[in-house]
Amino acid sequence: MQTYDLEAEGLRGLNSALHAQSETTNQTKWEIVNPKGSHAIAVGLDAPIEVNVKGSTGYYCAGMNKQATILVHGSAGPGVAENMMSGTVIIDGDASQYAGATGHGGTLVIKGNASSRCGISMKGIDIVVHGNVGHMSAFMAQSGNLVVCGDAGDALGDSIYEARLFVRGSVKSLGADCIEKEMRPEHIEILRDLLEKGGCDAKPEEFRRYGSARQLYTFKIDNAY
Amino acid sequence: MCGIVGLFLKDKALEPQLGALLTDMLITMTDRGPDSAGIAIYGAPAAGTSKLTVQSENPDEDFASLASVLQPLVGGPVSVERRDTHAVLTVPAGKSEHVRNQIKSVAPTVRVMSFGDSLEIYKEVGLPRDVATRFDLTSMSGTHGIGHTRMATESAVTTLGAHPFNTGSDQCLVHNGSLSNHNTLRRKLQREGIHIETMNDSEVAAAYLTWKMQNGATLGEALEQSLDDLDGFFNFVVGTKDGFGVVRDPIACKPAVMAETDQYVAFGSEYRALVNLPGIDTARVWEPEPATVYFWTHGKTETPSKKAA
Repeated sequence: MQTYDLEAEGLRGLNSALHAQSETTNQTKWEIVNPKGSHAIAVGLDAPIEVNVKGSTGYYCAGMNKQATILVHGSAGPGVAENMMSGTVIIDGDASQYAGATGHGGTLVIKGNASSRCGISMKGIDIVVHGNVGHMSAFMAQSGNLVVCGDAGDALGDSIYEARLFVRGSVKSLGADCIEKEMRPEHIEILRDLLEKGGCDAKPEEFRRYGSARQLYTFKIDNAY
Repeated sequence: MCGIVGLFLKDKALEPQLGALLTDMLITMTDRGPDSAGIAIYGAPAAGTSKLTVQSENPDEDFASLASVLQPLVGGPVSVERRDTHAVLTVPAGKSEHVRNQIKSVAPTVRVMSFGDSLEIYKEVGLPRDVATRFDLTSMSGTHGIGHTRMATESAVTTLGAHPFNTGSDQCLVHNGSLSNHNTLRRKLQREGIHIETMNDSEVAAAYLTWKMQNGATLGEALEQSLDDLDGFFNFVVGTKDGFGVVRDPIACKPAVMAETDQYVAFGSEYRALVNLPGIDTARVWEPEPATVYFWTHGKTETPSKKAA
């Protein structure tokens, strides 16, 4: 296992060491100590490695991730796993605003609560939140799944396109064009897989599904150029 | 952008370290605000006296004669203790507001940074580390304090545009964000007779709270009403003689993290401002909710936070 002391050795050295890992690297397990809320930890990785961050992180941890598994043993600041392409990011604590924003793929698991704008403009990522999500979550979400085992804040799924939203607790309010939808057997199956991937013991039958009513301006063919 | 830090001590044993802890937090927030920095620090009030913090561009000249020109104004002893461009004036109890209002007539180039019984405000243009060194902030002790690093958006980079802003006796405010209705509100407040020095948006927020409280609102009520009357982005951290409060606008796009242990309550724009506090690894760390007023006090209220919204 490779251990990297972020406080002693600096951020640039860390990210270049992680970027240097290839598909066939033997250095498959990394531990980052003393993160102390630093920004941009383990950003832009593209190798099948596991990175354990031993503490809380600042802005943009695990952004643009491909292939790697990144575990934060603490809480994450704003924009964690932003624009993730593939791989897995797991946060033991809470995540600040816009977690998983614009993510194209992979899985983001937040074991605590996520703040506002979780999954904003998500484009294929799966996000599993064990706790609650804040206001404006899944705003303009285009594809992928957002699973919330707790409650959702105001304006969930505002201006949503084709993403699926599953919430077990209450939804404070739904955003424009977001409606509750029927939970069909295929959704139960999708959700069962997601809950398993996210390490949740919740039952898929306890959730409600929300999605787009497809009534906004953007869905009217006459408005196409 | 701007950075905010705040520390409210529950454990008296930490009081001698307040300045040192806050300075470390403030310097960590340099990236968020390299234009100017300031700190508001609350110490124990002295019996029989009140105080003001004043600033001058020509401190050698202005501070030399300050005590003698102020004595007739207050009808009692005045002492001046200089720290770099600032000085703390000690005046007879209850006279600090009178001095704030009248000082221009006897010392026109001296500016008042704060007035009250226990509050001192030090702020200047420059990097937080340099500002902290000039005022020897690390040596200060106290019960609670608030710091700010500014990245200017709405008005010029000047000493008077630096935060914290003194809003009333022993009250102060710092702001991260930008207000969009501050010109309208400034005109309205000035018509109401509220004293506003600069074209800065945050000073308008401070003046707004002063105005509300002059009209009978508590600080908590004034903060709640600010959610309706102020348009724009804001995280406010406010200080009073025995407490400190936090409020975020309903959109809450400006970052905020809080930590609480048996020894203190701390606020930081980012978690990294809090990482060197004692016991942070086991502290309760959370993000304050939008449109919610939080308040901690050394007074009788034992409730750790007051939810208003």
